[in-house]
Amino acid sequence: MTMTEDGPRAATAPHQERTMRVTLRVWRQENAASRGKMVTYELDDVSPDMSFLEMLDVLNEQLIMEGQDPVAFDHDCREGICGMCGVMINGRAHGNGMNDGSVQTTTCQLHMRSFKDGDVIDVEPWRATAFPVIKDLAVDRRAFDRIIQAGGYISVATGTAPEAHATPVPKKDADNAFDAATCIGCGACVAACPNASSMLFTAAKVTHLGLLPQGQPERNDRVVNMVTQQDREGFGGCTNIGECSAACPKGISMETISRLNHDLLGALRAGARPKS
Amino acid sequence: MTVTTQSGQRRAPKAAKTSSVFKKVVMAVSGIILVLYLIAHMIGNLKAFAGRDEFNHYSDWLRTLGNPALPGSTALWIIRLVLLAAVAAHIWAAVSLWRQAKRARPHGYVTKKANAQSYASRTMRWGGVIIAAFVIWHLLDLTWGAVNSEGHDGSPFDRMLASFQNPVSVAFYAIAVILVGMHLRHGIWSATQTLGQSNRRREVTVNYAATAIATVLTLGFLLTPFSILFGLID
Repeated sequence: MTMTEDGPRAATAPHQERTMRVTLRVWRQENAASRGKMVTYELDDVSPDMSFLEMLDVLNEQLIMEGQDPVAFDHDCREGICGMCGVMINGRAHGNGMNDGSVQTTTCQLHMRSFKDGDVIDVEPWRATAFPVIKDLAVDRRAFDRIIQAGGYISVATGTAPEAHATPVPKKDADNAFDAATCIGCGACVAACPNASSMLFTAAKVTHLGLLPQGQPERNDRVVNMVTQQDREGFGGCTNIGECSAACPKGISMETISRLNHDLLGALRAGARPKS
Repeated sequence: MTVTTQSGQRRAPKAAKTSSVFKKVVMAVSGIILVLYLIAHMIGNLKAFAGRDEFNHYSDWLRTLGNPALPGSTALWIIRLVLLAAVAAHIWAAVSLWRQAKRARPHGYVTKKANAQSYASRTMRWGGVIIAAFVIWHLLDLTWGAVNSEGHDGSPFDRMLASFQNPVSVAFYAIAVILVGMHLRHGIWSATQTLGQSNRRREVTVNYAATAIATVLTLGFLLTPFSILFGLID
């Protein structure tokens, strides 16, 4: 399955007039300090062509018309590439293609045609201590930013772009680095992990930079500092269950976790220690 | 769209004293020691098919291993201490990661579905607790004879017969061994990942190897008690 499932459609498609009726059970929580609860909303006239976020927009319009507080949720590009949107839909991160748990998708690229008329849909925020709820479905994912700040970068002189062929990169490494670099930092790995571990996210970054020549000077410090930071943020530990990779909208593989562990053990042997 | 900005609300996370990956390495290395022991233990158990004298002789050999260079049961006690240390390290890492996971998500989802997790990986923790309880009973039964009708004075072979002629005892043993098998199924794969030895190419092989080792050990351990229960060994 590709990011967009909107293929060309015949203009005479009969589904144009068909609408769905769904029952939403949405997690409502005023702020991080308050207790939340599931609140039920009925929604008529949902088009199967709406994205999940558009359906939430319709719900919010309805709530505003009724004088109620709209449901807060995060979103930005709505093209499946920014990583801002992300909620648990019926117990799966990003809904994960719904009927079949194997489809790689972000919430914005999940469409209402994946649901049936009359469905009851549970919508919850990512749940992790390191991702405190801001309001309703929106969570604070700055813990990821701090993991990146701990080592997810390379130090290069800026200025004139260097000659592109000056630093050769083997095709295999370039491909694997790119696969890891497709991580959009949405947090689905943490949300889906039974331990609420951020290992797949950190491993994707370590793999991405560690496979490229530009990432070598800081390779040992990077892995040690990023792992230390993810523990500090209050994420759980990885037990290699594989829920993260299955939930990942970019299909980051479990191989990256093995590579992180390999790099970490090598770095510790080489004397790298986390900066405090 | 509601935009909410908060500052200073986020409580300072408790700094992890030990890296979660370090805990996993402790888990993996102690697990490997225990798997190697299980292989040796299974081979020893199968001596039951060689008869009473062979089995008791094997048991004596274990207790006098290394003689006369090492006095008495020195070698056996060294092995026991290594195993005890491995078990303690394994449990420490498990409890520590379990607590970390609990802190990392104190309130679970109202609805949560699994996409990938195996039954084996889901039962690692409680399965481990049951296995630990079994090991204590197992030692009381067959090593010390405290809960065995033959008592400590009977020969190892007689204690084994007394225990496995009882269907309840065999049932508990079988459940524990099957749990050990599932524990190994996920554990071997997980240890390979933790020690950084897996990759996309090897992943399939590692998983097949984990299943194969777990299956061979489970069947190897079940063979002796069921043979005794059905009167094939007496």
